[in-house]
Amino acid sequence: MGPVTVNIIMTSHRTADPDRDSGARAAPTTKAGEGITMPTRPEKVYYFGTCLIDLCYPQAGMAGIELLRREGIQVIYPQQQSCCGQPAYNSGFLEEARKVARKQLKAFPKDYPIVIPSGSCGGMLRHHYPKLFANQPEAAEAQRFAGRVFELTEFLVKVLDVRFEDRGQPIKVTWHSSCSALREMRVIEHSKSLLRQLQNVELIELQRERECCGFGGSFSVKQADLSSAMVADKVADIEQTGASLLLSGDCGCLMNIGGALKHRNSPIPAKHVAEFLLERTQ
Amino acid sequence: MTQTTVDFPKNFKKALGDGQLRRNLRAAMDTLGLRRRTLFSDPEAFEQLRARGDAIRRRALSKLPELLEQLERKCTENGIQVHWAETPAEANQICLGIIQRHDATRIIKGKSMVSEEMHLNHFLAEHDIEALETDLGEYIIQLDHETPSHIIVPAIHKNRDQIARLFHEKIPNTPYTEVVEELNAIARKVLREKFFAGEVGVSGVNFAVAETGTLCLVENEGNGRMCTTAPPVHIAVMGLEKVVERLEDVPPLLRLLTGSATGQLITTYFNMITSPRKPGEKDGPKEVHLILLDNGRTKIWADPELRQTLKCIRCGTCLNHCPVYTRLGGHAYGYVYPGPIGSILTPQLEGLDHAGTMATASTFCGACEEVCPVKIPITDILRRLRAESYNKADSPNAVKGHGYKVNAAESLTWKGWALSNATPWVNALNAKLLGLLGPQLPKLPGPDIVKKWTQSRALPPFAAKSLHALVKEKGIADE
Repeated sequence: MGPVTVNIIMTSHRTADPDRDSGARAAPTTKAGEGITMPTRPEKVYYFGTCLIDLCYPQAGMAGIELLRREGIQVIYPQQQSCCGQPAYNSGFLEEARKVARKQLKAFPKDYPIVIPSGSCGGMLRHHYPKLFANQPEAAEAQRFAGRVFELTEFLVKVLDVRFEDRGQPIKVTWHSSCSALREMRVIEHSKSLLRQLQNVELIELQRERECCGFGGSFSVKQADLSSAMVADKVADIEQTGASLLLSGDCGCLMNIGGALKHRNSPIPAKHVAEFLLERTQ
Repeated sequence: MTQTTVDFPKNFKKALGDGQLRRNLRAAMDTLGLRRRTLFSDPEAFEQLRARGDAIRRRALSKLPELLEQLERKCTENGIQVHWAETPAEANQICLGIIQRHDATRIIKGKSMVSEEMHLNHFLAEHDIEALETDLGEYIIQLDHETPSHIIVPAIHKNRDQIARLFHEKIPNTPYTEVVEELNAIARKVLREKFFAGEVGVSGVNFAVAETGTLCLVENEGNGRMCTTAPPVHIAVMGLEKVVERLEDVPPLLRLLTGSATGQLITTYFNMITSPRKPGEKDGPKEVHLILLDNGRTKIWADPELRQTLKCIRCGTCLNHCPVYTRLGGHAYGYVYPGPIGSILTPQLEGLDHAGTMATASTFCGACEEVCPVKIPITDILRRLRAESYNKADSPNAVKGHGYKVNAAESLTWKGWALSNATPWVNALNAKLLGLLGPQLPKLPGPDIVKKWTQSRALPPFAAKSLHALVKEKGIADE
């Protein structure tokens, strides 16, 4: 036996280890919060507006609220809410993230579903809160909270089963899938199914729909050159579609891509899907 | 080992500005991604297969000390000589000792990332020993005095024309040709001669099976088989995490490895090396050595979260699917392991103070995790590395160089952010101020984040009235 093995044995945790005796055919592990069951149509829902919508896109936030109210749902907007904590969480400041996240746990005390017009903040609440609060006094509370979180289009389709009638002029639009809506919340098909209900809307898909736009929160300024290269490619992909409007379900991406389109004086505006759906159907 | 600090911003700028490189990478990554998707076309079957891969690697790591002892015992019984190296320097010395004992001055090499980690070729050159790379990609970059830019396809940054020019310029009496078959023939001719010249063969190891003492080597060109059978001495170098428990663990891992790496159902060659030449046998090396390298892996292994880094089977598919790697290529990262796996492994091996920047080169898009054949939680580990960059942790498992980014300005910014977002009236005031002053931001003094944002984007459209305020006006309930 060599010195390396000795090192390893010295540092070995001889306590119970669930991996040690698992068979090669272990069941797939599920992410925290996955397998969430959809509630039946509730009377009331909480609305988590997100900080970015609060500061920059309040009309998108209001549109989401209107879409829910139109279906006869009473929307509760807790004024105590702020940010989900993701900026600090992703930047390496976990204590600060917890401080803010704790506030959100308290701001939505009742058992209503929490609907959120963002895949990114939704992913934070549903998938990352249980990790952020693991081994914390709020662990169980964070788990329960995570189970109540639904992305807006997911909720409109899966819970409310909405039916839209298009009242707008024919238009070609394209769609950007945010990475968290695509890979964490897995709601892209729901968002697109709502667009497909609109008769006069032609959805032209991007060539590289699954590729990140390069926003990444603080990445956009910490790695500004990389981020700029990524968004430039995204803009080129959008322009080649011939669409006259870009839609997405996440305002972080919209701020990035919309900002880049505007920066190069492109005539293509970027809009949150909730706002578009409301405009087309009222 | 590479204790030079890499100038990441400069490297990144250079790579992003290299149009030829960007086009080469994009085309290559598209092809590799498409091949992988074609092979793993059934998402459910892939999920089942990678759950198995994950379980096999977890089980192996959970028993790592015992499995390494078993591997040593079995290999020794089989006649393979096992050596332990705590550092790359030790591993290099062991290699050198073996080579010198055989009075060899030329070795031939199959592809091995661990030998790159050891900077073996450079070390041997200092001792007047010539190391000849025999993998086609490795041979190409050795001709051009480069390092691998990808862990599976080392010359992926070059296109056909560049290789044609390189062969014409660097291989004597070679007429210029861009025909792939002719380029292959040129390389084959040169490499064939090398195999005869090699006095010692060096290879990597893809999996080492503890129960049988078998070294598995996956390759497509046959050069791996030549390196491990033609010379009288074979030295295999391996990171100590590559051990698996049973022979039956190999097929699912092999399937995941080849499918993820190149979209192949199986590679052209799969070598299972269990002993040197036995009495009466006509071929095979007379001596086989296995060098097990630690180089910080034991420390990574001690932490249950970071340990998952060691599940990696080096398929490179996370690189192929990474929007950052696709735009930079491997050289810009400045270390041996690039891309998502490199961004979690390198800071742990080299220290956050040297390679911590790699953990910031991610948008957390999760494309890497989606395809990882052993389900490494890459983004969670990146987050952990970012957190430890700002945190002088007192845990013995803290990553080397932790706390290197601790600074008052950034801490204060985040404390202010937390205070604002945890105090509704401050938050409301902030929203109001941003609504009023937002458009003036570029004119105000302060950190250069505004400038960095606006280098390619218009300012965010700060709203005069926040959603909180609008909702109140509309009489939306608060309870």
